[in-house]
Amino acid sequence: MSATLASPRFQSPGWRAARRFARHRLAMAGLLVVVAFVLAALLAPWIAPYDPIATSWTRIRKPPSELYWFGTDENGRDVFSRVLWGARASLMAGVISVLAACCFGVPFGLLAGMAGGWVDAVVSRIADAMLSVPFLILAIALAAFLGPALQNAMLAIAISATPIFVRLARGMALEAKTAEWVDASRAIGNAPAVTAVRHVLPNILPALLVQATLAIAEAIIAEASLSFLGLGQQPPDPSWGSMLNGAQRFLTQAPWMSIYPGMAIFLVVLAFNLVGDGLRDALDPRAEMR
Amino acid sequence: MLRWLLKRVGQILPTLLILSVLIFALQQLMPGDPAVILAGEERGDAQVLAEIRAELMLDRPVWQQYLAWLGRVLVGDFGFSWRIRMPVAQLILEKLPVTLQLGLMAFVIAVIIGVPAGVISAVWRDKPADWAANGLALAGISMPNFWLGIMMILLFSVQLGWLPPSGYVSLAEDWRQSLATTIMPAFVLGTGIAGVLMRHTRAAMLSALSQDYVRTARAKGVAPAWVILRHALRNALIPVVTLGTIELGRLLAGAVLTEQIFTIPGFGKLIVDAVFNRDYPVVQGVVLATALIFVLLSLLADLLYMAINPRLRTS
Repeated sequence: MSATLASPRFQSPGWRAARRFARHRLAMAGLLVVVAFVLAALLAPWIAPYDPIATSWTRIRKPPSELYWFGTDENGRDVFSRVLWGARASLMAGVISVLAACCFGVPFGLLAGMAGGWVDAVVSRIADAMLSVPFLILAIALAAFLGPALQNAMLAIAISATPIFVRLARGMALEAKTAEWVDASRAIGNAPAVTAVRHVLPNILPALLVQATLAIAEAIIAEASLSFLGLGQQPPDPSWGSMLNGAQRFLTQAPWMSIYPGMAIFLVVLAFNLVGDGLRDALDPRAEMR
Repeated sequence: MLRWLLKRVGQILPTLLILSVLIFALQQLMPGDPAVILAGEERGDAQVLAEIRAELMLDRPVWQQYLAWLGRVLVGDFGFSWRIRMPVAQLILEKLPVTLQLGLMAFVIAVIIGVPAGVISAVWRDKPADWAANGLALAGISMPNFWLGIMMILLFSVQLGWLPPSGYVSLAEDWRQSLATTIMPAFVLGTGIAGVLMRHTRAAMLSALSQDYVRTARAKGVAPAWVILRHALRNALIPVVTLGTIELGRLLAGAVLTEQIFTIPGFGKLIVDAVFNRDYPVVQGVVLATALIFVLLSLLADLLYMAINPRLRTS
């Protein structure tokens, strides 16, 4: 998947996919929103107008105004600043836990698909067993046993997301195993691991990229859910989920406390889903025919 | 048919066995000594700690603990709640009907929204109706359902005062009140599934509409609406029913937060309360029960697929 820019006449598949993606207006809009949130998370210390954890007696539960765009919470903290800082917890949890799930799941999936036999049987049954517990319930149970902390929530989400990548990599490896170039690689005496990494992995990268993007969306909801239950980010550090948890008690008096953090979750998850759908359309080789 | 069923069960058993090992292993992740947690104020008393360890078999090797635990699970003994002092299986059976009512209502809502939306978007492909349906489906999938719940409480309970914000009344007690307390959480749960159902229905309808029998029916002069409903939809529903059954299992996960928001004393609230109270046997029991329900549902999905697809019946 190297994007070669050199010659206008020859276009690598990666480059063609990138162009198809760029023409996908909704996906580009999603990408823009993702970039905006990433910037907000990175620049939070500089762009947040107030300290996200500084409490103040004089500005408790103030409605949105020119001074406090999203209002203030029950401890007088600025909701806008907390939403900006909260982007860190959410995006970090989403991206890091999915990366970890990829790094752990893909090698096992490749191994199972390439090796077959009892290795495949054992790895697949473990993945099946984990997939038979709904994602969120598995994550809650793991986080409960690991103890409440953002790192533990991320670990719990990573473990819960791993079997999806095992199954995906295994399926693609099985498919690729029958391809001629894999036969050729084996015939010239390449070790199975070399064949797997050099010749099978590049071919499953597009599908992995799509799955990973959609998994990030799910992981962000999972982090918000765990933090909402008090199993993720611990107070006073802001996270969208934990902000919603505190806000629910003041729904009648201060609805803005609930509206904005939830809107942030919705927007960023929607954006990742749009990007994922766009990538799927752009990377689908069959789309070339159209 | 019977042979197929036996083979399928043969695949499920090793999965369940591995699952039991994983769920048992959860205990080992726990930081600290369970005996100390349980002893509470008496944690300094070595006698008490020793008694607790002996009762919970914590003084035995891990594999012995596992075998004893598995033996009890197999006869339906899911352990004993540390806090509520009740058998976990009994707790689960008590809470399950509440979640079942919620889940079924959510599923009905999801089907009412998702299937027609999928049909409409397939029939008017690439037209505004298709875009609208796709947009709604994407919004439903991307919406954190606990936030949707909070927003609905804000609108329908706080602002308009139409529905109670929380609580639960059982169907047997007062069916009107029961519906009033469950309609919002059921809607919240249903929207996420509706999006998924819509996408499945759309894909299945698009493939059905391009089939020869649909062209034949059209060529014969069958009314367009009749072609869509009678010929295409009937066939498109086959995969939708199967996938929908599996989605039912995902409702259980959605119920966790939804029941928490609306304070509905169901299965989901049970696991959350257990997590808060560090009532680990209940957490384990709920995970195990969820997995069992999920595995049974996917078996049911396969059976339904066989039953409603005449092409598979003969083989």
